[in-house]
Order: sequence, then structure tokens, then C-alpha cells
Amino acid sequence: MYGYHGKYLRINLTEGTCKVENLDLELAKKWVGGRGLGTKFFVDEVDPLVDALSPENKLIAVTGPMTGTTAPTGGRYMVVTKSPLTGTIASSNSGGYWGAELKFAGYDMIIVEGKSDKPVYVMIEDEKVEIRDASHVWGKVTSDTTRTLMKEIPEKSRVMTIGPAGEKQSLMAAVMNEESRAAGRSGVGAVMGSKNLKAVTVRGTKKVAVANEEELKEVIKTCNTKIRENGVTGQGLPAYGTAVLVNIINENGAFPVNNFQSSQFPGAENISGELLAEKYLVKKDPCYRCPIACGRYTKVDDIEGGGPEYETIWAFGGDCGVDDMGAIIKANYWCNEMGLDTISTGTTIAAAMELNQKGLLKDENLGGVPLEFGSAEAIVEWTKKIGMREGLGDKMADGSYRLCDAFGVPELSMSVKKQELPAYDPRGIQGQGLSYATSNRGGCHVRGYMISPEILGLPEKLDRFALEDKAPWTKIFQDFTAFIDSSGLCLFTSFAMGAPDYAAMFNAIVGAELDGNGVLEAGERIYNLERVFNLAAGITPAEDTLPKRLLEDEIPEGPSKGLVNQLSKMLPEYYELRGWGTDGVPSKERKDQLGL
Amino acid sequence: MEVKIRLFATLREGRGKVLSKDFEAGVTPGLIIEDLGIPEEEVAILLVNGRDGDLEQALEDGDVVSIFPPVGGG
Repeated sequence: MYGYHGKYLRINLTEGTCKVENLDLELAKKWVGGRGLGTKFFVDEVDPLVDALSPENKLIAVTGPMTGTTAPTGGRYMVVTKSPLTGTIASSNSGGYWGAELKFAGYDMIIVEGKSDKPVYVMIEDEKVEIRDASHVWGKVTSDTTRTLMKEIPEKSRVMTIGPAGEKQSLMAAVMNEESRAAGRSGVGAVMGSKNLKAVTVRGTKKVAVANEEELKEVIKTCNTKIRENGVTGQGLPAYGTAVLVNIINENGAFPVNNFQSSQFPGAENISGELLAEKYLVKKDPCYRCPIACGRYTKVDDIEGGGPEYETIWAFGGDCGVDDMGAIIKANYWCNEMGLDTISTGTTIAAAMELNQKGLLKDENLGGVPLEFGSAEAIVEWTKKIGMREGLGDKMADGSYRLCDAFGVPELSMSVKKQELPAYDPRGIQGQGLSYATSNRGGCHVRGYMISPEILGLPEKLDRFALEDKAPWTKIFQDFTAFIDSSGLCLFTSFAMGAPDYAAMFNAIVGAELDGNGVLEAGERIYNLERVFNLAAGITPAEDTLPKRLLEDEIPEGPSKGLVNQLSKMLPEYYELRGWGTDGVPSKERKDQLGL
Repeated sequence: MEVKIRLFATLREGRGKVLSKDFEAGVTPGLIIEDLGIPEEEVAILLVNGRDGDLEQALEDGDVVSIFPPVGGG
């Protein structure tokens, strides 16, 4: 077998067993790996109506065929489970080194089932797999857990862990690896916590066999040249990281401020990628075999670590009205330590600030630093309180939708399917609104990054205010992304690489005969499988929508002034292109075409 | 007439962040980047008053031109 080892681990925490099972090669090729393969296994094995925090839910950490190979950025893995935040299928992607190391240990994925009656961690060293007591690290933050475990596991192991937020089943809890890389979104860390699983450590010494070494060398050479010569992957991201977007999105007037009450932030320059590079950057912090190296390692006062990314800077910065980069770096640090999704945490604090602004929070609810827009102190303190579920932080830990709903104003949650929206105001970027509304894991930018054509002009520039052509572009971006998310490569390669490049890489590694269209078809198959699961889980097409504010309240000022998102004018065409019928349900014909 | 020019990322090197300059009527973003010594291929995103701009469009007094090299993220 090439690209895949053909083996995976099934770990049952109720029974305390670890079994090696064989992976069917044809099934693997059809579903690619990562997000696709993990979702296929999940859908086949788990009742869609399962309580996401019950022992009956499963958690799958799955690599792609390119993970652990010499392919550029080939270090990614996916955490697939049912999300306790959204109730949808969740697949949360992470970089770093853990995914590649799992492959080196000889496994394509691990499936975690059941629930341990006490805190445990799983230690993997090639064929040796043990479920070990974790009571001594339960309650510890990410860095302390990682460093404590490193003293008792094989040298050079990689550690994936949850922090206190995951233990306390915060619906915004992330799964962390290498201390600062995160499978951040959709509350996947809470599922790990619900199973009393603190960490999975892995060390491996095997090589991933590939179908055609010579062909792969050529394909990698071509792709590396494209990555190096592309302005975004060759210059922009290496020099500034993702934070360079702060000024771009803000100049377009699509940088949400104060919980999306306006969309251009006067303090943007103080939280820009340019400023981060000038004042706080210590070094680059690249993932496995990454020629781009967008990861940042920063320091402020006595705090240092990985990040912050653009989305994080916006969530704690513009969305909370804070223009203090030092405070944002600290909030990001505490998200990593607590094991929290930075997007949902920052935006939930922003939602709480609006509740307070509207007089809905009484002082006795606060128990800490006042939740006021612009408060640098508040974003740091409330991140810690959310992580520990202290005071109002207990309600905030379940995300902005449940928080705002508890105060009778769910419409103040800027979320789709209860997952918080990221850093682009869809009133000023119409196609991104369609992408948000139809994302299979709720509010998310990396399920179809329409910012690329609508703002960055990649692969070509679209008018961000126009409605025409946004449906087909959104569909293509979603399908393309689903393939990349399954391959084991980083989504950022797609700034430089096209579908035929991924096909060539897949063929050289796996020994298949895929072309660019095949890449999109495989992605479409995955997207539809997720949709079918969500419908069976009770997520109705009526939830393919945006917060009322973004559909009805015009942006008050700046270059996008006067706009709302016109979702209803794009959605019917999108459904039609997807073959989902006017009711948003995949037709039997389309499912048959895709081999579902 | 006065045009405000906002530069970002690597385009700031040796040029500064914000420049306010007097130009003759009819000046275009294309003429401005030439004046600043910015090669056209280094201009990936061009905005005039926050909206998609064109290298050939005639600017008006008080316009703000934002110029970015190839950058992105997510």
C-alpha cells in the first residue's frame, strides 16, 4: 500500500482496549483521507442523533495520504467527531508535527470510542500502544501537560492534549498539539474531555511508502517552485504570517468591530501584521515540512509562544474593540494554555460585551473585570475565566449563541449553526456570506474561502459586492477545500497550487489516476456526505442562514457602507448547482452520481 | 490636488506608511505607483477609497489610494 499504511487503531476507553484494524484501500482512495475518510468512518459507525458528549460519540484523528511524506506542508491531520457546539459533523484541522508522527508510527488514523472511568492518556510508540493513567496531568494547562508527559514517554514523542477547557467540556474547547497548534473549532476538545481522555502521545520510526518516488520528486519540485514564486506563499505569508490580513480587510471596510456593529476599525494599524513583525515577532514557527512558514512565535512581557493568527487578532482585537496587540498576544497565549478556540472565545467575549453595552448584564453576573468594548484587561481575564468556567465564564464557555440565548437575545450571537463567525463581514463580501451560510460545520471561513477571489484576487478578482457567479465559485471552493482537507496538505498551498497539482501529487503518492476534475468530484462527494449526516442529525436547511444583523442592518460607515448580505438571492442557485433541490436536500440522483 | 496614499507590508520599506502628495488633475494610480518606484507586478491589491480600484482611473481631490503587494492568509 502506498500513501496509506492500511492500518488504524481502534481505542475503546470503556473497555480499555487498543486494536489494530486493516484499512480497505479502495475505500481509502475513494474518500482520500483526513476529512473525507474520517467522515466516512464516522457516518458508518455513529448514530447521527448521538449526544455529542456521550460515550456513544466517537472521536477520529485521521491523517491523509500525503501526511508524513515529503510533500510540502504534509503534516496535517483532522479531528472528526459530532460537534457539541453545532450538532453537525465536525472536522477540525491541525498542523504542527503530531499528524506526521502518527503516520511514522504506522497508522493512518485512530478511532477513540467509549469513555474511561478516570482520566487517561494514550501512549503510542510504533506497535506499542498503552492506555495510561493521566490523573497527575488532569487540570494542568497545555504546556505543563505536554512537558510533564514528555518526561515519561519516549523521546521525540509528539503530544496532542486538551487543556482545562476541554476537561470542563467547554463547547469552544480545542485539541492542542505541540503546545500551540490547534484543531480549534467546533468544540472537538470537549468530546475528548467527555471521554476522560487527556492526551494522545505518539512516536514513530516508519517511513510512508509512496507509489512512484521519481514521479513524486518531480511533482514536489514543480509545486515547491509554484509556492516559492507565488506572492502570497512565497513572500506575504513568510514575512508577516496571516496577520497581514488585518489592514487588507480593514481597508475594504469588512473588518467587523464590536460584535459586527460596524466594519472598519480605527485602531487597525496597532494590531496589524506589520506591527506584529516590527514589535513582537521572535521567530517563525513552521509546521512539518512547510516551505511557507506562516506560523509566528511572539513574546510580550513574560509571555511567549505560538501565534497569534489573523483570526485571533481580529476576534480579540477589532471584534472586542481592543487595539492593544500585547493584550491580544496574552489572550491568544491563554487560549492555547486553556485549550480554547481563539475565534469562538474572542467573539463570545465580544457578544458578552454587547450584552453589557445593552444593559443586559447585571453587576452580580460579572465577577471580574468589566466586559466593556475596548478593554484590553477584559479580553485576557475573561479568556482565563472561560477556560476555568468561573462566574459568567461558565455560561460563556458554551459559546455566544447559548450565552445570548440565556439572556433572551440569541440574535446578538454572530454565529451560523451556533458556531461563531470569523473575521470577514459578509455584508461587504457577498460570496463569503453564502459560504458561511452553507458551511457544513457552521460559521467558518475555511470551508470555502471566498476571500481569496473576492478580496485577494486569487485565482482571479471578483467584485465583492456582486451576486452573480458567487454560487458556482462558492461550490467550487468548498469542493476543492474538502479534497485538500482530506489530502494531508495545508489549505494555504492552494494559493499557489491548482486542482491538477493535487491530483498529480495524489497519483504519485497513492498510485491512482486522478485528474483535476476528479479532485473536485472527490471533494463534492465529501461535502455531500457531510450534508447528508447533518440532515439526519436534525440540522435543517432553514439553518443555512446568517445572523439577522448581517441580513437586515446596513453597515453604518466606511467603504462597505449601506450594505447587507443578500443571501436569499444566491442560495437558490447554489442549491440548484449542488443538485440539492429547492428544499436544500441532496437529490437521490446526485447522491447516486457521487456514489454515496 | 491632494491624494493620500496608504502603503502596506513590504511596500512600506523605504517609502513609509502614509503619504499625502499633490498631483496634477487627472493623475491615476498607475502614475502614482510609477512615481513611487513600485513595479506594477508588485501591486496585488489596489483600492481607491476602500473599493476596488483601477490603475487607469482618474483620481479626484481627497481620494485615498491603498496599495498592497501579494499577501493573504486566513
